[in-house]
Amino acid sequence: MPKDGIGASTKRREDKRFLTGVGRYTDDINLRGQAYAYFLRSDVAHGRLTNVDISAAAEMEGVVKVFTAADFSAAGGLPCGWCVTDRHGNPMQEPKHPILAEGKVRHVGDPIAVVIADSPELARDAAEAIVVEIEELPAVINMKDAVKDGATKVHDDLTSNLCYDWGFVEDNREAVDKAIKEAAHVTTLELVNNRLIANPMEPRVAVGHYDRASDDYTLYTTSQNPHVIRLLMGAFVLGIPEHKLRVVAPDVGGGFGSKIFHYAEEAFVTYASKVVNRPVKWTSSRSEAFVSDAHGRDHVTKIELALDENHKFTAIRTDTYANMGAYLSTFAPSVPTWLHGVLMAGNYTTPLIYVNVKAVFTNTVPVDAYRGAGRPEATYQLERVIDKAARELGVDPAELRRKNFIQPDQFPYATPVAVEYDTGNYDATLDKALEMSDYAGFDARLAESKARGKLRGIGIAHYIEACGIAPSNLVGQLGARAGLYESATVRVNATGSISVMTGSHSHGQGHETTFAQVVADMIGIDASQIDIVHGDTSKTPMGMGTYGSRSLAVGGSAMVKATNKIIDKAKKIAAHLMEASDSDIELKDGQFTVAGTDKSVAWGDVTLAAYVPHNYPLESMEPGLEETAFYDPSNFTYPSGAYICEVEVDPETGEVEVLAFTAADDFGNVVNPMIVEGQVHGGLAQGIGQALLENCVYDENGQLVSGSYMDYAMPRAADVPMFAVDHSCVTPCTHNPLGVKGCGEAGAIGSPPAVVNAVIDALHRSGHKVGHIDMPVSPARVWAAMNGQG
Amino acid sequence: MKVTMKVNGRQVSGEVEGRTLLSSFLREGQELTGTHIGCDTSQCGACTVHVNGKQIKSCSVFAVELEGAEVTTIEGMAAPDGTLNAIQAAFQEYHGLQCGFCTPGMVMAAAALLKDTPKPTESQIREHLQGNICRCTGYHNIVKAIMAASGQPVAAVAAE
Amino acid sequence: MYNFEFVKPSSVEEAVAALKTEDAKPLSGGQTLLPTMKQRLASPSKLVSLLGIDSLKGVSVSDGVMTIGGATNHATVAKEAASAFPGLAYLAGKIGDPAVRNRGTIGGSIANNDPAACYPSAAIACGATIVTDRNEYAASDFFQGLFTTALEEDEIVTAVKFPIPEASNYQKFEQPASRFPLTGVFVAKYAGRVGVGVTGASEDGVFAWAEAEAALAGNFSPDAISGLTVDADGMISDLHGTGAYRAHLVKVLTGRGVKAAS
Repeated sequence: MPKDGIGASTKRREDKRFLTGVGRYTDDINLRGQAYAYFLRSDVAHGRLTNVDISAAAEMEGVVKVFTAADFSAAGGLPCGWCVTDRHGNPMQEPKHPILAEGKVRHVGDPIAVVIADSPELARDAAEAIVVEIEELPAVINMKDAVKDGATKVHDDLTSNLCYDWGFVEDNREAVDKAIKEAAHVTTLELVNNRLIANPMEPRVAVGHYDRASDDYTLYTTSQNPHVIRLLMGAFVLGIPEHKLRVVAPDVGGGFGSKIFHYAEEAFVTYASKVVNRPVKWTSSRSEAFVSDAHGRDHVTKIELALDENHKFTAIRTDTYANMGAYLSTFAPSVPTWLHGVLMAGNYTTPLIYVNVKAVFTNTVPVDAYRGAGRPEATYQLERVIDKAARELGVDPAELRRKNFIQPDQFPYATPVAVEYDTGNYDATLDKALEMSDYAGFDARLAESKARGKLRGIGIAHYIEACGIAPSNLVGQLGARAGLYESATVRVNATGSISVMTGSHSHGQGHETTFAQVVADMIGIDASQIDIVHGDTSKTPMGMGTYGSRSLAVGGSAMVKATNKIIDKAKKIAAHLMEASDSDIELKDGQFTVAGTDKSVAWGDVTLAAYVPHNYPLESMEPGLEETAFYDPSNFTYPSGAYICEVEVDPETGEVEVLAFTAADDFGNVVNPMIVEGQVHGGLAQGIGQALLENCVYDENGQLVSGSYMDYAMPRAADVPMFAVDHSCVTPCTHNPLGVKGCGEAGAIGSPPAVVNAVIDALHRSGHKVGHIDMPVSPARVWAAMNGQG
Repeated sequence: MKVTMKVNGRQVSGEVEGRTLLSSFLREGQELTGTHIGCDTSQCGACTVHVNGKQIKSCSVFAVELEGAEVTTIEGMAAPDGTLNAIQAAFQEYHGLQCGFCTPGMVMAAAALLKDTPKPTESQIREHLQGNICRCTGYHNIVKAIMAASGQPVAAVAAE
Repeated sequence: MYNFEFVKPSSVEEAVAALKTEDAKPLSGGQTLLPTMKQRLASPSKLVSLLGIDSLKGVSVSDGVMTIGGATNHATVAKEAASAFPGLAYLAGKIGDPAVRNRGTIGGSIANNDPAACYPSAAIACGATIVTDRNEYAASDFFQGLFTTALEEDEIVTAVKFPIPEASNYQKFEQPASRFPLTGVFVAKYAGRVGVGVTGASEDGVFAWAEAEAALAGNFSPDAISGLTVDADGMISDLHGTGAYRAHLVKVLTGRGVKAAS
């Protein structure tokens, strides 16, 4: 293996540019002659636009043009990429999502008009001169109220605020009802999965550039998937064919899902740059991001877990309201359904499951995927209700889980919610986490805390997720309007160096390093000879981008496929050079040898022969060494793990401190352990953030109360401990060539229930019989629960 | 208005409005785009630079206030030949960055910390970073990197 | 942000003269004013920087009184007050974050009177005197409710004088997002009297918890306040905590402050 091959904690090649300030993020791009866009957004949640007068603004100094919805009458709405079919077989209700509000505003932040001016400040100055009159309508905020008869409708042309009423698996419904009715014990829990804002540190930016000479458009944007944006925006919104539209996502400063989606601002700057014949730049402020980036989570759920007299799970029934916000963001409908319902089996053998999800339109910002997307919501319900059941039954929560785990010899395991887990060993990760966290030694630590007047608790959660999305034919049947393959082109240069063009897109994950390690390992050359190219539709083959912990499992597999094609062809060239048979050629450490002989040629000799084909089988093979592969996975991957959180609660203030956090994950094979651990750390901080700090709150009028970092609590350095993470429990994925599962979201999926379980444990151990506290488990909420004010 | 200051050791001047923030002066006027803007409420710290040796948020000071000041940005931290300084090198060695957006502010904050407190404890490091938000790393490896940059054993803070 | 004229005088007199312009505002560290201007919630026609006035900077002690120049930043107070008045130095060292402390000033904090600012609690507890270019105010007269003070539009805080207590402590319970105090309590013990200043909790801004002051004057121990309750009426209720929670925190933090200062 070369020193930077698979399994090495290779230092990241990306780092030097980021550490010296020469990374190139979208906001660092300034094109000659560019003008600046400022979006005038609604400050009311719901209302009819009775007048938008731009005449004064249009006359102001430095103003290039002012746009309103009327300028986009020929454009399409922002498309939704997934159509969910409801329990009666009908398609979901799908309202138009215009670039600029047409007739009505539907959430605070809904864009009404855009000023393009010579500077950002002049654009904003002019926006204040736009006269907007809105006839306010009642704001639809509470989901359960929104679906009552007679509720004010967010979209007048829909029959109600119900996007869909989804049942899964509908055929199980009666059997589940019966099992719950007949169960020896049923544990019921009502909970909220709090609404979150992804908050990548880089706000969104879009720069549109229309070139009159070539009639080409270029969009520079903060995206996790430039090809997806090109397809959605080109084909559905603006009607620009792909060969005339280039989308570039340079260095992207985090995404966590929020930069998957196609946003109005991208279409706007692209379109407007042609109208005003200048490049047009829009940079979101953080305040604007709070009301225009898609939000995440926001489920209200009732879950019932039925157990028999031996404490085996017999059935699960859930009833969830999922907030869609005012419009359907790109993948919004899939999150509470196909990324949530199908995970309700967790790591357990529960035979009967029924999941009902009502997706609801409200006068809030659209809600879509955020790190974990549906899987944290599933895991949280399940792991909280299991914990509650253990307490009700007086059994150890670890043992109750263990008793119900799917066993290693049961794989592949078909769950009652339609997925087939390929591999796993849940006892192994649980054992590992129990050992790492010194679960057995908890009582001594409890006593030590008690002596200091503090309450101590320990909480466990086990999780499973479905990653590496996804088999295209399957998701097509489920309503996806896109394929979910990935692509790679491996271009070997004459001197042997390699450029790999991948459809995956790194926004912090370190693909340039990890992907190079894989190819270096396969060929046996130094990773420094390999460059990873991504983020530009003019350079990379059509690819679906990075989300859902899919890049290595799907994008990496495409790259492996393409590299194997390269190796196959290179072996043929080597065979020719050494006058041997193809089948006798072996490649090791960058040397081709003829098996059983001392004949060899180096990698560079073969690549040179491919491009200088003087001694080359031209009659049977083309010169050159460049291959493209597309990989469409045959199944999801199923990372899993056990997380244990230990907290201390201040009984006087309710303040929770996370003292220790242990994560034992099974990610299958690991290419770069350093990067994998970093992904887990980040996910844990976001999960701990959700559990203790973060909350996106609207008031009854639809005003965003937590509209800045002054009220939306981001986890800071002092809010989290050093983490203990492990990925030594490995059951390789059986259906992709690297045996990898994905690690990007795990931390955010498994940690919230572990934290909340730990807090509830601390309270119970000190005599406070609190059943549940909704996230974020803030000091005020803990104090209220302890004092019977919850 | 014209303002003149020393940025990364070089005398620079430019025409600004009263309302031009130091961050804009650096990013647009000087094309020093390593200083990032992550919020508009002076909370995130991505724009942290040093002014006269002290860390400040460049989004929360006007350029005109800094006539004659000495400003150091992330672009001024590595050696002229591009060799990373001890803090930058430790961030790479310990994987203290992912997307890189908060990183310039983190490095500048860490440099200020180590100047005043050459051997910080873990809690001093975490406390010092209260005004620098990172969404990617969970801070774990940032803390390790700063420990390492201070010449202290990293094992002392590592939970794993 | 709206544009404005910027001046940086070198004396208090010049600054006061410059502030005669309509909608002119003094600019000290700007750590509150700049974010407010970015949101276009403030639109001064002219900003008069106070940071060029040397006489407004510095920490000095004489006759048991600590005098802090209005344009002295928090980091300087945290350092220079540490030996003579550690409670106040600690408070200054907990404001915001290191970058904010290098710019933000005591005069700016006092003059803005944010209901969750830290300094007003110490000023109230210590019975500080707020000195301006034209007047001297007792802290209890100076703070007049949320973002409201006795200052005139063109008046500048030149110094704050704190009688140095025998013992003091600041307890800050942070609001998790802004890191301002959700509730903060400054306890100051003098010969014959105790001051308890509370910030972050009340809808009327900083206040002295008089019942606790009276109880503690005779018995400076947490026990002295165990029988007291804080009325939740008039306490701030928001997404971070109810009025009842804040009222509870006032008592808890006061007890902790007294214990730490004992």
